[in-house]
Amino acid sequence: MLLNQFLLLSAILFSIGTYGVIVRKNGVLVLMSIELILNAVNINLIAFSTYWGLGGQVFALFVIAVAAAEVGVGLAIVLLIYRNRRSIDIDTLDELKG
Amino acid sequence: MSNLLAAAASTSFAAPANVAFAVLAVFMIAAAVRVVTTKNVVHAALWLVVVLGGVGINYLLLQAEFVAMTQFLVYLGAVVVLFLFGTMLTRAPLGVSDDLDNNQRGLGIFVGVLLFVVIAFATITMFTNDKLTFEAYDGRVTTAGSNGRTQAVSDAIFGSYLIPFEVVSVLLLAALIGAIVLARRD
Repeated sequence: MLLNQFLLLSAILFSIGTYGVIVRKNGVLVLMSIELILNAVNINLIAFSTYWGLGGQVFALFVIAVAAAEVGVGLAIVLLIYRNRRSIDIDTLDELKG
Repeated sequence: MSNLLAAAASTSFAAPANVAFAVLAVFMIAAAVRVVTTKNVVHAALWLVVVLGGVGINYLLLQAEFVAMTQFLVYLGAVVVLFLFGTMLTRAPLGVSDDLDNNQRGLGIFVGVLLFVVIAFATITMFTNDKLTFEAYDGRVTTAGSNGRTQAVSDAIFGSYLIPFEVVSVLLLAALIGAIVLARRD
């Protein structure tokens, strides 16, 4: 197997996730796109750990743990936005716009 | 690019693992595209299951069994259920909805394609046809008398990476408390 095939698959997933973050305006769907990005990074880490050494697997585990924490807090925030505004449309949260 | 194609056409690409990878990659990319384009929130969560499962099988292809099992347990078991709970609690439209995307599709496609071209160019020029040789890898991580790669991973976590591991556990505790404080009704 080539190292590049995993890196290219990961690049494709990363780009699709970025597209989702930009295009989606539903809060839950934005979080799903962020999961795509994090998983693309994890494929890279595991591929390089097979290529160079063990550190990549350890960091992939750390990324999985941090992603789980991120989803928990992120969904709590989305829930709070829903309770305050009766909608999770991210594009309407523009109080910081001048 | 021609080097990459030549490497792909060589005998190493005929290995069964490569066929499995190709099928898997097609399914994963199609499912990922559906995650970001489908008009149904629940369908997006279910397509995400396909992508995350495919990522786990990729870990198995790369012989990272422990990370693959963690992926199946944490992502397929917990994170997707959390997404479905979020969908339910925010009363997202359960059927087809036209109100999930904004009008930045052109910008999204531009940024996505640009990112892919840049990353693909960098990786293809850097690692044109570097092969993953599992024999050398096994010789490096499994010393005599050890019980294989999973033990090597645990030795690394509880050896050189012990302090980051403890920091991650504190982070999980903080996220747990934070999520409870945020979501609690009072």
